[in-house]
Amino acid sequence: MMYAIRSRKQQFFDRNIVFLMILPAIVIVAALIVIPMVYSFYLSLTNLNLLHPSRARFVGFKNYLKLLEDSIFWRSLLNTIIFMGIAVNVEFLLGLFLAQLIFKTTRGQGIVRTAIMAPMMFAPVLVGFQFKWFFNDQVGLVNNLIYFFTGEYHLIPWLINYPLNLFALLAAEIWMSTPFMVIILLAGLVSLPVEPFEAAAVDGASPWQQFRYITLPLIGPFTYIAMVIRSLDLGRAYDLVRIMTAGGPANRSEMIWTYTFRLAITDNKFGLGTAMSFITVAISFAFVIYLFRQLARSRQEVY
Amino acid sequence: MSQPRIRTISARKRRFRQSLYNTAVYLIVLIFFLPVIWIVLTSMRPEVEVNARPPVFLPQKLVFDSFIHLFGAGYAEKSVPFYNYLGNSLFASLVSTAMALTIGTLAGYSFARFRFKGSNSTFIGMMLARSIPGIAVSLPLFILFARLGLLDQKMGLALAYTAMNIPFTTWLMQGFFKDIPADLDEAAQIDGCSRWQSFTKIDLPLALPGLAASGIFAFLTSWNEFQISSVLTRTPLSKTFPVGLYDFTQQFTVDWRGMCAMSVVMLVPAIVFVLLTQRQLVRGLTFGAFK
Repeated sequence: MMYAIRSRKQQFFDRNIVFLMILPAIVIVAALIVIPMVYSFYLSLTNLNLLHPSRARFVGFKNYLKLLEDSIFWRSLLNTIIFMGIAVNVEFLLGLFLAQLIFKTTRGQGIVRTAIMAPMMFAPVLVGFQFKWFFNDQVGLVNNLIYFFTGEYHLIPWLINYPLNLFALLAAEIWMSTPFMVIILLAGLVSLPVEPFEAAAVDGASPWQQFRYITLPLIGPFTYIAMVIRSLDLGRAYDLVRIMTAGGPANRSEMIWTYTFRLAITDNKFGLGTAMSFITVAISFAFVIYLFRQLARSRQEVY
Repeated sequence: MSQPRIRTISARKRRFRQSLYNTAVYLIVLIFFLPVIWIVLTSMRPEVEVNARPPVFLPQKLVFDSFIHLFGAGYAEKSVPFYNYLGNSLFASLVSTAMALTIGTLAGYSFARFRFKGSNSTFIGMMLARSIPGIAVSLPLFILFARLGLLDQKMGLALAYTAMNIPFTTWLMQGFFKDIPADLDEAAQIDGCSRWQSFTKIDLPLALPGLAASGIFAFLTSWNEFQISSVLTRTPLSKTFPVGLYDFTQQFTVDWRGMCAMSVVMLVPAIVFVLLTQRQLVRGLTFGAFK
């Protein structure tokens, strides 16, 4: 009898193992991300203010309309698009260039690869602190080095003037994320078959032609893997901006993520802040879905 | 006689050119590495050199006051709550890594071995959950944790990190499990193993490199996380290193050298872990290109 019960239990377990194994993951992600996000969406339809939580009322889509009329919102969106547009493209091109360079070295490839991984170990906050210090107008290394090389001391306000602080933020972002591209693309280059290159060399293809017509199409899937993983972490730029400029001065370097924090936590306008947060979510989703599609397509092309 | 000699000269020339090229690449890569050296050197140089103009490149002598200060010896009232940050960071990172690894491995195995109705959409749903910016997740968690009494608790932070890490761990692990031929499973089951046994006895040991890579990823994500912790933590009771470092930079008189020392302490576990599992890390990240 005991045996029969146990074996029935066993059978149940064996038959449903698929679901039983996925269940904990789904429960935790649902409980701590999905359901809170649904609740958050409800909050974005209220005028909840953390200073007067009892006065919260349902206001419909008023918060979203308010954002559309908010000039700081549009500025943060524009900054984010400029910033991410430049950052992702430069990171990719620079990453591909460096990967190709490292791939062609004959000695010490392992050490070079390890050395370039260094920025990947830095917390974004750490990168932010470091570049905030480098670009400091009074004591920063950048101004100091300009003095060292030119002999003239200029107080260049890297973090205060508008296009300059975007440049400083970009420098930090590119330093932080390019190595990741290098590592993935280098792995891609290493995995490529040699025959097409030999055949092309016999046919007299120039190195550029080989790169353009063999390397580039073949590492397509690696490119998109790198972009997909990168896109999951777009919001990391928040850490940099928060620590380096805090979106200032006067919201000029504000990004969508820092503006979310400012509205919800600093200004206590939680309803408005959650509405803003859903705009960041929509942008992230659009990016990830687009890249996943490209990834699927590039796999089909290669295999 | 002359033929081979010409060849050796050209070979030597080629070798020279290649070593020139190698050196150029080393120098370019060094640009990426310099900030690391600069931070480490600064944490150990005498105070006067830190912001000297023109810059002092190599310290005249190495001093370790900033580390002594950080670890609290003799300066108790002035130093930051370093041990709190350390304890909280370790707790939140290790607990969330262990939980995410266990749960994500199970889910990853299931996704790799079985196709069921809705498996694809569940999978994509989990990846989308991962792509929600930390700041957007932190807002509802702030309200939820305030109700549950988990606000400013390191356990709350560990739970949040677990949820953040599960999707990516699942993704990595399903890739590693797909690499293992399913025939092995079937053979084990024919020999009398249950599905669970064939998972623990056959697949899990073979996927150990994947576990290492996923573990590192989960650990590093939690160890370096700032967006969620900046909203969910309030006091040294639960503040982690990144939040501590942020507080440090907001003070009026910025102690750059002290911050460099703290940065070095923050970097040590990351460097050790990454160096140990470099190979698996790269493999884990790139398998997706083929599948």
